[in-house]
Amino acid sequence: MNKKARRKNALVSSPYMVWIAAFIIIPLLFIVYYGFTDGAGNFTLEQIKSIAREEYYEALILSLVLSIISTVICLLLAYPLALILRNMNLSKQGFIVFVFILPMWMNFLLRTYAWQAILDINGVLDTALSAIGIEGFNIINTPAAIVLGMVYDYLPFMVLPIYNVLVKIDDNVINAARDLGANFWQTLVKIIIPLSKPGIASGIIMVFVPALTTFVISDILGGGKLLLIGNIVERQVKADNLNQAAGLSLVLMVFIIINMLFSGKDEPDIKTVKEGKKNEKLR
Amino acid sequence: MGNKLIDLQGITKSYGKQMVLDDLNLYIRENEFLTLLGPSGCGKTTTLRIIGGFESPDKGRVVFDGQDITDLPPNKRHLNTVFQKYALFTHMTIAENIAFGLKIKNKSKAYIDDKIKYALKLVNLDGFENRMADSLSGGQQQRIAIARAIVNEPKVLLLDEPLGALDLKLRQDMQYELIRLKNELGITFVFVTHDQEEALTMSDTIVVMNQGYIQQVGTPEMIYNEPENAFVADFIGDSNIIPGTMIEDELVEFLGTKFRCVDKGFGNNKPVDVVIRPEDVELVAPEKGTIKGVVTHLIFKGVHYEMEVMAGGFEWLVQSTKMSPVGAEVGIKVDPFNIQIMNKPESEDEEAVGVDE
Ligand SMILES: Nc1ncnc2c1ncn2[C@@H]1O[C@H](COP(=O)(O)OP(=O)(O)O)[C@@H](O)[C@H]1O
Ligand SMILES: [Mg+2]
Repeated sequence: MNKKARRKNALVSSPYMVWIAAFIIIPLLFIVYYGFTDGAGNFTLEQIKSIAREEYYEALILSLVLSIISTVICLLLAYPLALILRNMNLSKQGFIVFVFILPMWMNFLLRTYAWQAILDINGVLDTALSAIGIEGFNIINTPAAIVLGMVYDYLPFMVLPIYNVLVKIDDNVINAARDLGANFWQTLVKIIIPLSKPGIASGIIMVFVPALTTFVISDILGGGKLLLIGNIVERQVKADNLNQAAGLSLVLMVFIIINMLFSGKDEPDIKTVKEGKKNEKLR
Repeated sequence: MGNKLIDLQGITKSYGKQMVLDDLNLYIRENEFLTLLGPSGCGKTTTLRIIGGFESPDKGRVVFDGQDITDLPPNKRHLNTVFQKYALFTHMTIAENIAFGLKIKNKSKAYIDDKIKYALKLVNLDGFENRMADSLSGGQQQRIAIARAIVNEPKVLLLDEPLGALDLKLRQDMQYELIRLKNELGITFVFVTHDQEEALTMSDTIVVMNQGYIQQVGTPEMIYNEPENAFVADFIGDSNIIPGTMIEDELVEFLGTKFRCVDKGFGNNKPVDVVIRPEDVELVAPEKGTIKGVVTHLIFKGVHYEMEVMAGGFEWLVQSTKMSPVGAEVGIKVDPFNIQIMNKPESEDEEAVGVDE
């Protein structure tokens, strides 16, 4: 790139740079600052260490368990669905994908409240089940209800990235596997799933991260009795204890980064791009 | 060449309202290099996909080695395919790509390693085991696709325009390499191309297709020298196709002039199409020719000159090593056995199958 083009590039990208600085970098620095100081602005590790308090610690464990369960359920539901979508003929595909993301147009809070109304004692589901003689099926205010809410709210975020990589796989690559003797399952395990890893990785991140940090779903479907780590942070913010909230957020961030490293670990893209570059030189 | 290995019987296939193959009958012999040749969209790939098992015909049967395999899935058929755009597994190394079919069949590691070595040597890519598939050039990927198929020792290799994406020089090299491979392996090749030169160079048998119909089946020499209809004549090489009348056996009239020929049995005063290859047109002194004309265009083509000659109201295409300048008056002479007579298509229907490229 020559100097002129570079200057032009810098000019075009400058609004985004300002945006990134003002709304991402600076807030992040504030969180780090608050997380490592006490109310008076002195350095301390107390905010971070407070995760060891039993109440907080248990909330973190519960958050991790529920978000992992929800992510796994989402993956198990989304993958076959995305696969079926991929194999449908094109005209139907668009419509089904549209139907699938339709709930995303509704407010997230409304959807969650709707589940509360369905699951509540004497709610829609309870009444319906009683009518056919099943009594006492109540999952409201249990971890199961929270998982249900998470799966319902976040499933599209798993389906879409997986669907997007699946439709990009050339039909003939799948045909080639069949041609070489692989049956449906062998083709799925050895070809389709490995080739869709980037989509699976994005899906896992896009479901796991909001599930780990949510406080709304646990509030509405957990009845305020089941505290997730998100609820704890929210309380500290409301109680004006920003240092404590920031400290716990930093702990959460560690788990999010671990999750990203783990799911992005063997993304095929990076490896092949490097190989390709090497060979370009050889040629 | 041996017995019938593959027999396509009355294959019919439509997509929606569009008829792609209509009652196609074709057999392929053991050890044959058979080429499906035709313009894009004529149903070549569809035919190949039906043989490979990726598409099932609406009607008709696919018989392989005496067995009806019409309903057998691809993984149960003893043939392998080299797909149009290679379709390598990009998440695997070259060795893993080649080993794929053998691992599925639970071959031993030693056997697989041997086969990988052998196959890479065969396609002139020794030492490529640990490269990633998409780090190779198009020609290299093509060879790997072939290696991946042949390690399974198929009786038949199906190749769908395997050289289509390569540049001219590489394509010519690969043509020779494919012929060598076929001879070394001693198996049947079913090859698809829309390139007539490629078909003429490589095949034992050429099947010329157009709009879902087989136009002619024959050796390259037969297809080139004795095209059965105007479509084949026009599609294979350059030719002068002139409407005429068969006066009697061995005498044809076109462009208002009578020419001696060697064809018989067309009846008397029957309308026919006359095909004359440009290299068979002889330019002589005006008074020595059967018909007089004037040279209108001249191009130097390397091996020969290509000229256009206006004679008898028809623009003749002429190829010769001798040059006649533009504006020169010339006579046209054609040897009787270089005049190819073809029946005119009888119905409108057949006309549609003919030349419209
Ligand atoms: N899956 C399909 N759905 C609808 N039409 C198809 C499909 N596959 C092929 N066709 C149509 O069938 C015709 C023949 O296609 P094909 O066999 O691929 O031709 P070729 O390989 O000779 O170029 C084309 O007109 C093509 O548009
Ligand atoms: Mg094709």
